[in-house]
Amino acid sequence: MMALLELFFTFAKVGMFTFGGGYAMLSLIENVCVEEKKWITHDEMMNITVIAESTPGPIAINCATYVGYKKGKMIGAIAATLGMVLPSFVIIYVISRFLDGFLEITWVAHAFLGIKIAVGILIVDAALKMLKNMKKRPMQLSIMICSTVAMILISAFSLRISSMLLMVAAAFVGILIYEINNFFKKEKPGK
Amino acid sequence: MIYLDLLIGFLEVGFFSFGGAYAAIPLIRDVVMAHGWLDDEMLSYMIAISESTPGPIMVNMATYVGSLKGGVLGAIIATSAVVLPAFFIIILIMVMLKKLLQNAIVKAALSGLKPCIIGIILATGLLMIIKNCKITATGSFDLLTLCLTAAIAVLYFGSRKLMKKGLSPIMLICISAIVGIVAYGI
Repeated sequence: MMALLELFFTFAKVGMFTFGGGYAMLSLIENVCVEEKKWITHDEMMNITVIAESTPGPIAINCATYVGYKKGKMIGAIAATLGMVLPSFVIIYVISRFLDGFLEITWVAHAFLGIKIAVGILIVDAALKMLKNMKKRPMQLSIMICSTVAMILISAFSLRISSMLLMVAAAFVGILIYEINNFFKKEKPGK
Repeated sequence: MIYLDLLIGFLEVGFFSFGGAYAAIPLIRDVVMAHGWLDDEMLSYMIAISESTPGPIMVNMATYVGSLKGGVLGAIIATSAVVLPAFFIIILIMVMLKKLLQNAIVKAALSGLKPCIIGIILATGLLMIIKNCKITATGSFDLLTLCLTAAIAVLYFGSRKLMKKGLSPIMLICISAIVGIVAYGI
């Protein structure tokens, strides 16, 4: 029971402070689940990110469900996911009912401008942390650099290309290189 | 029946929104427009609200639309609908995960996917900073925001060098909210 409550409140805390969507949250989840609570390892965090990215639904929910299920099976998954959703549910419900011009309140708008700055930095930080734990072979590095450049170009020219397409291409390159390596290994049976 | 519409509409969003909220915005737009729940102006306001309040953006949008169209019950239905597909898909993957990760082809695909996702995340962060500072191709930018970004970045990464643990992301968000109120207020 204590473990369930801990899951619930930990993810409620994450849910309270995840501004700016899933990527910003990765930094928080990493901070709480990997470094603080040691529920999962860096490697698992990377796997969760990949799974969350390649499955539908909000990335935050995918992460919460994954960690919750790992710690407490089905009930754990429910506790973590509920915790993740509840704070924003209450906040949005109150805003939608009672605060018509919420974003027009000057100090609120200013606070959010400040928060946006932090969110940008946190997202870059999440990427840098993952980069530190990545195997830095030529293939990995070139895929990483290519996808960064591609994303920036897509945005600069406002092309309607989904990041899903980049991911599919990268997975394909991974398989291709694996097959090529395999092929050469078979050529030289002595090695 | 509005509740059923909300359920089906947001199940659709939950099932087909790959790659996070920003990729899902066109899909959400189609769904809310098709049902006549929001017009374009309301939609942009709602996206702004969802972005500036904590929590997953898609969940925020579902709660907002659900609450506007069907009160508290509508909000609960829409929110559950957007969450449930992701929830069950992850459970399913977790059950199969061990076998899946041992498959050589899956491993090979992951070796390409992981660096790609790191690149996407890095680009998203950089683009967000560029957008915040209003940096354009013509070389104009918002000096105040640029300075604040540099100062907060130095504070965040510097705190890790000076202190054992450094500032937590939550602390950083609180600090920058206060910095925003002060700096943009004067």
